[in-house]
Amino acid sequence: MSARAIVTFENITKRFGDFVAVDGLTLDIFAREFFALLGPSGCGKTTLLRLLAGFEQPDAGRVVLDGEDLAGVPPYRRPVNMMFQSYALFPHMTVAGNVAFGLKQDSLPRDEIAARVDEMLGLVQLRPLAARKPDQLSGGQRQRVALARSLAKHPKVLLLDEPLAALDRKLREETRFELKELQRRLETTFVIVTHDQDEAMTVADRIAVMNRGKLAQVGAPAEVYEQPNSRWVAGFLGEVNLIEGRVTAVYPSFVIVEREGMRLRVAHAPIAPGPAAVALRPENVRVLTTVPEGSFENGAAGTVADIGYLGTMSIYKVRLDDGLVLKAAVMNEQREAVRAVHVNDRVWLSWTPQAGVLLAE
Amino acid sequence: MQNTQQRDLVTRIAILMPYLWLIALFLVPFLIVLKISFSQTTIAQPPYTPVFDLSEGWEGLKQFFAALSTENYATLVSDSLYLWSYLKSLQVAAISTVILLLTAYPVAYALARAPRRWQGVLVLSVVLPFWTSFLIRVYAWINILQHDGLLNQALIALRIVDAPVTWLATDTAVYIGIVYSYFPFMVLPLFAALEKMDNALLEAAADLGAPPWRAFFQITVPLSLPGIAAGTLLCFIPIVGEFVIPDLLGSSSTAMIGQTLWLEFFGNRDWPVASALAVVLLAILVPPILIYRQRETRQYSPSSFRGAPEARARNP
Amino acid sequence: MKRFGTVNLTALALGLAFLYLPIAILIIYSFNDSRLVTVWAGASLRWYRELLRDEAMLDAASVSLRVAFLSATLATVLGTLAALALTQRFRGKLLFSGMIYAPLVMPEVITGLSLLLLFVAVEIERGFWTIVLAHTTLTLCFVAVVVHARLVTFDKSLQEAAMDLGCPPLRTFLTITLPLIWPAVASGWMLAFALSLDDLVIASFVTGPGATTLPLRIYSEVRLGVKPEINAVCTIMIAVVALGLIVASLLTKRSASRSLGARV
Repeated sequence: MSARAIVTFENITKRFGDFVAVDGLTLDIFAREFFALLGPSGCGKTTLLRLLAGFEQPDAGRVVLDGEDLAGVPPYRRPVNMMFQSYALFPHMTVAGNVAFGLKQDSLPRDEIAARVDEMLGLVQLRPLAARKPDQLSGGQRQRVALARSLAKHPKVLLLDEPLAALDRKLREETRFELKELQRRLETTFVIVTHDQDEAMTVADRIAVMNRGKLAQVGAPAEVYEQPNSRWVAGFLGEVNLIEGRVTAVYPSFVIVEREGMRLRVAHAPIAPGPAAVALRPENVRVLTTVPEGSFENGAAGTVADIGYLGTMSIYKVRLDDGLVLKAAVMNEQREAVRAVHVNDRVWLSWTPQAGVLLAE
Repeated sequence: MQNTQQRDLVTRIAILMPYLWLIALFLVPFLIVLKISFSQTTIAQPPYTPVFDLSEGWEGLKQFFAALSTENYATLVSDSLYLWSYLKSLQVAAISTVILLLTAYPVAYALARAPRRWQGVLVLSVVLPFWTSFLIRVYAWINILQHDGLLNQALIALRIVDAPVTWLATDTAVYIGIVYSYFPFMVLPLFAALEKMDNALLEAAADLGAPPWRAFFQITVPLSLPGIAAGTLLCFIPIVGEFVIPDLLGSSSTAMIGQTLWLEFFGNRDWPVASALAVVLLAILVPPILIYRQRETRQYSPSSFRGAPEARARNP
Repeated sequence: MKRFGTVNLTALALGLAFLYLPIAILIIYSFNDSRLVTVWAGASLRWYRELLRDEAMLDAASVSLRVAFLSATLATVLGTLAALALTQRFRGKLLFSGMIYAPLVMPEVITGLSLLLLFVAVEIERGFWTIVLAHTTLTLCFVAVVVHARLVTFDKSLQEAAMDLGCPPLRTFLTITLPLIWPAVASGWMLAFALSLDDLVIASFVTGPGATTLPLRIYSEVRLGVKPEINAVCTIMIAVVALGLIVASLLTKRSASRSLGARV
């Protein structure tokens, strides 16, 4: 991964009638990174991808690829290739024919095409199926053909439009790792569009979280997950507890946030006092069966309202005395019969100052 | 295909070719008809005056426009023959369309409820007669409806009548011919609409206490309305201008507008009046078409699109 | 599960009987040895033999077939282009789609009249070629509707994929779109062929000396009364069309089953 931006979206706006799909968006994608566009339906991530591929033209702003402004360049002249969500394999051609298609458009010599096709099929482990037609393949196999076809021309950027959406869960997880491996090996820039957070966080070097045509946050997975910059991002990625309060005291390396019955110490640079929220991930909240007397920082007493059993862990919904419900995720280290916490138990929730993230907006 | 603003040259030519062809051979002819409807007959080749001739220059053009007149339209209005002809055509078309609707609906319904395996074959067999010549099918009825034709033979044999009934050259024969010829045009749109109907709706109606006949009138028929509209339009409009069927199966008293136009043109050699007839006929027929097209496009407007905004954005 | 009761069965049976009875009678009587429809005088091929001797009729058949072939082919090319145009957005599209859909419902007397007046105004000699031009114009609209219906369900991502891989629009159409929609294009051709073969009204307006089509010939004979040879001609036409349809449905069934798994 390098620090050189290979793709730049400069102030891009795209409208469909009255609907604004992308709203004045600026973004850099670096060379050789695996970049994810993540967001809910309608946030504009697919539109952004299609703007890069050339299937849409921006109403304002420009798309720059490797220093070249792509305005007016049709899709068949861009050094960008796309792997379609529906795979879009040509049903009347064989697997080899599909993979060779892009190469034939460049009028490469016959034996070079054959060699490249073989190389690609080897990459996705589909050599024995080269003579088959798409309707004779399984879903997973079709996906690999689509991948091989889109990589055959060694594009500068590979675009992947929800590539794993049609696969079942196990296959999805396996394929994620293969994609990551492939990207690392080929050192091509991959841009993936997905609504699946797990997918984005597993494969991407950096994630752009989008909402309603705008960028909410851009950063490495850990950064976006552990240090969300807004309530929305915090709520969108995984589960989060949002505790509203007021910053009442400010110290060099932490601040105190208070709300009735609770006092939180949050690690944060100095900030002006005022209303704020603290985002707390459930996995950072510990559940203790002994409720201490008196008041302590970064803790609260409550009653267990519900326990969601997920196999590897359990989500405890605890109703605090002031009515607020907090979620705590605890790994199930012991079997259910032996565990200590049950519904309606009185418990003490506790977390560290580093666990909470202060959100001003 | 691309939604891009800029189109490459090839695509542009591809769009232009049919466009220009249709302008030259569809739009321009209509303008000519319009023009000639304002002209007068002469014994000349071509049998109308004035003739549009750019070589005469501006003076020639001025003379041209001066020679035009609305005389033909005045004739149409004054002579009741034409008025009757229009009314007759509308009457025949309306009655035929209703008969078509009533006879085609059960067949379309049966097709829609047929087992999937047979549907293709059955639909094909309903459509097959349409592929045989239109003329043949009308002619086939002459065979049957003749004075000594098969219908009379059957009726006499079954002792329904004592003597042969005159069928040909009557309105009845025309109705039979029209219903027979336009049958597929009513069946297919109805079938398309009925086939789309979710069977679960009828089950829900039954579950809520509606007997089959009520479910039919309150659920099935309203839902098939688009098909009814399409079929009605597809039949009514061409029937108004029908020529062959009333000519072969009807009489001169059945004179529908198609026949009148034909007579004026080929019989009286009065091209201008024939053109005026055509223009008025078009004026009558175009509004229903426009209304229908407007309703149809409103049905598929973006606001009625269900689905994720992303999908909607991609299909504006 | 849909129940297919006796009511539906009766409706279908009656409907199909109504549709086929006249044609069946016509076919049967073409083999009738007697001149009169009322009398059955044994089966014979008499009228078919008379038909083969009828020069005028054979001539007309030849004219019709040639006109139909030429106009169908031209109409298919133009109609397919028109269908493609209908999938695009461009200025003046409203007028364009109006011109495509109008001839489908317009009474033929109007279309025929307007075309004749055009030919007269431009001083084109009326005959074989004016019929071809007229038929092409009418049938290209039908082809456009048929092909457009197929294009609408065509998976656009295939075209996008091709362009993404470097294929310009024309080549994309020829190597990707056309091979996959050819059944619709072929049925468009057949529809145009049948319509041209069948047309009476428009041909009457725009024909000229030496260009009598089969329907024109049949029509002029029929006005004078029923002639058994006409039964024979009609039976032959029905047989030809039925054969064509069977061949067509077999072909489309084959290609449909092949592409079934591809989900295009």
